[in-house]
Amino acid sequence: MQNFIDAYSWINLRFLLEGMWVTIYVSAISVVLSFIIGAVLGLIRYMKIKYLSAVIGLIIDIIRNLPLLLIIFFMYFGLPSTFGIRLNTVTAAIVALTVFESAMLAEIIRGGIQSISGGQMEAARSNGLTYLQAMWYIILPQAFRNMVPPIVSQFVSLVKDSSLATIILLPELMYHSQIIYGQNTNYMIPMFVAMAFLYFVVCFLLSQLSKALARRLN
Amino acid sequence: MQHMRLKQLRLWCLLPLFILTLMLTACGQHVGEKDVMQTERETNEITWGVKGDMRLFGLTDIETGEIRGFEVDIAKAVSKEIFGKNVKVNFVPVNSNTRLPLLKNGNVDALIATMSITADRKKEIDFSDVYFNAGQAIMVKKGSKIKSVKDLTSGTKVIGIQGSNSVLNIKKYAPKSEVLQLSDAAQAFAALKSGQGDAMTTDNGILYGLTSDDPSYHVVGGSFTTEPYGIGVNKGQKKFLTAINKALKKIEKNGEYQKLVDKWFSQISGFDGSVVK
Amino acid sequence: MISILVGHWSELIEGMKYTIASSLLALVGSLILGVIFAMFVISPNKSLNVIGKIYVEIFRNIPLLVIAMFFYIVMPRIFPGLDGFKAGTIGLTIYTSAFIAETVRAGIESVPVGQMEAARSNGMAYLQAMRYIVLPQAIKIVVPSLGNQFVNLVKNSSVLAFLAGFDLMYQGNLIASTTFKTTDTYLAVGLLYLVMTMPLSYFMRYLEKRWSKTPTV
Repeated sequence: MQNFIDAYSWINLRFLLEGMWVTIYVSAISVVLSFIIGAVLGLIRYMKIKYLSAVIGLIIDIIRNLPLLLIIFFMYFGLPSTFGIRLNTVTAAIVALTVFESAMLAEIIRGGIQSISGGQMEAARSNGLTYLQAMWYIILPQAFRNMVPPIVSQFVSLVKDSSLATIILLPELMYHSQIIYGQNTNYMIPMFVAMAFLYFVVCFLLSQLSKALARRLN
Repeated sequence: MQHMRLKQLRLWCLLPLFILTLMLTACGQHVGEKDVMQTERETNEITWGVKGDMRLFGLTDIETGEIRGFEVDIAKAVSKEIFGKNVKVNFVPVNSNTRLPLLKNGNVDALIATMSITADRKKEIDFSDVYFNAGQAIMVKKGSKIKSVKDLTSGTKVIGIQGSNSVLNIKKYAPKSEVLQLSDAAQAFAALKSGQGDAMTTDNGILYGLTSDDPSYHVVGGSFTTEPYGIGVNKGQKKFLTAINKALKKIEKNGEYQKLVDKWFSQISGFDGSVVK
Repeated sequence: MISILVGHWSELIEGMKYTIASSLLALVGSLILGVIFAMFVISPNKSLNVIGKIYVEIFRNIPLLVIAMFFYIVMPRIFPGLDGFKAGTIGLTIYTSAFIAETVRAGIESVPVGQMEAARSNGMAYLQAMRYIVLPQAIKIVVPSLGNQFVNLVKNSSVLAFLAGFDLMYQGNLIASTTFKTTDTYLAVGLLYLVMTMPLSYFMRYLEKRWSKTPTV
């Protein structure tokens, strides 16, 4: 018990919260970027543009079938030596998460659009709307409603997945708690409890938010 | 119909592999190697890769977030000698797995990260003169039957750190023991404490840092290799390397080096003073 | 990259064996746990219901790495003998079971309530009705997403690398740190992951398409 009291000193808690801030910051930026990129890629894949859609589809499939850990390594070590782009830990983590989650989201978005029946598109087109107009005003709003729950659970995954970036020493929640229990191994269990609690709070709030949002949309 | 689908399926499976192979052939060269001396003079900034989880050498201070340790102090002293008092010195935490790629990719200008000078590494990067002489040792819980590296016989497990020279050495000194490699010293020690292995092996200085944290563990059997630590810089940075060596000589002569050794190692019980350069 | 594949073939294959073993074990384990907790969640029994919901919410909202690490460095104090492979596989099992529980719950709830009621009024017990009427229908809805879970398992088993679990990623790390050919090594490792996951996910997609064309119920 004494371990718990000592472990949750103000200094340690502040260090953990600093880590959590990095987790949230990196996740938030990646969420926004991957949503935009994922939406564009999903649309292109849905529209079946000759060659382009197939190539993008293939890239998406490759990324979706690789472990995120590997993508993180590649962004941190591989990009610089292959393309001469040098990233620090924060950018490398953001880029890796964005690349991975964009591919996941693109699939969700393509599936969501596809689930709206083709008849609607035809009806809209025959009423004089252009393809893009029909997409923007008729198809996307409906598809979006169906997509909210899977998209948000993908965002929750993103927050959790950001913990993998400890491998490149991103100063996020997991890494900071490892630093604390690395210096005093008596704090190991308290740190695990704190870490699990903090991740849980962020992810749980996010998923509750999505449920509320889904209810309002319907 | 069915048959065609399957055929298509197979094609789709092969294609990505093919494309990936194509991508790979394009890989290869490193970041353009600029002269560190010149860039640093212009920006008045230098970035070092240091350990962030090793007491005595480079440890993140939980209160301030800064990394402190012997190697950090040496890096500051060397930077000041080369670039003057006002140089801005940045520190990037690295571990044994990430340090070489980060140096080669140019994320850091130099490495001072408990790195032994080895023939294999010399093929990849250049090393300065030795700034610290460590030796590999093993650490066990007090009361353990293992008294030296010779006791690591078959059926024992020894924990090491990925990318460190010591995991290569231990295979020679204790070939029968199973080696488990974790990503850094903190994780390795945590794994040892929870009984994942019978002993942990790395350089003595690092182990003494850990035992000063937790006296229920101790270093046994003395060191069985010599691990001379050097500052790592990229190949083709001859000017920078010469400047580092000159700076190291200077701080040794003016007593600053000894002051730092005393600051970090004088209170470590069991640490042999003669181990230090 | 070719040189890494050729020169370190045996280590890489060894790693793949551990990756596949861990994923398969975790798949079986998480299926069992997942179905049990899904039954808890939909159970009319209040306390079971609460237990099920808490289990699912907790393990869905904590990173896999935290769970696996916990089993690797904290649990052995109570259960000695949990090595990296076992701890990682248990972590994977628990983490995935929460997702499977959710999928199975959704599948069961998609079977019209009337069927359960009809079965009950024909004299079946709750568990009987579940076993013979509801679950067989739910399974057809659930199977495709289970296939995707298996792909996720293969990918997620890379956390074993953090725990010295001898999987493909771990072997990759060791090769990268001894040969210093970081990019080449990770490309080779990536290729081997694709060999495992890509056919599987294309097969699942094909299956999904086929099933959506022919009515299954």
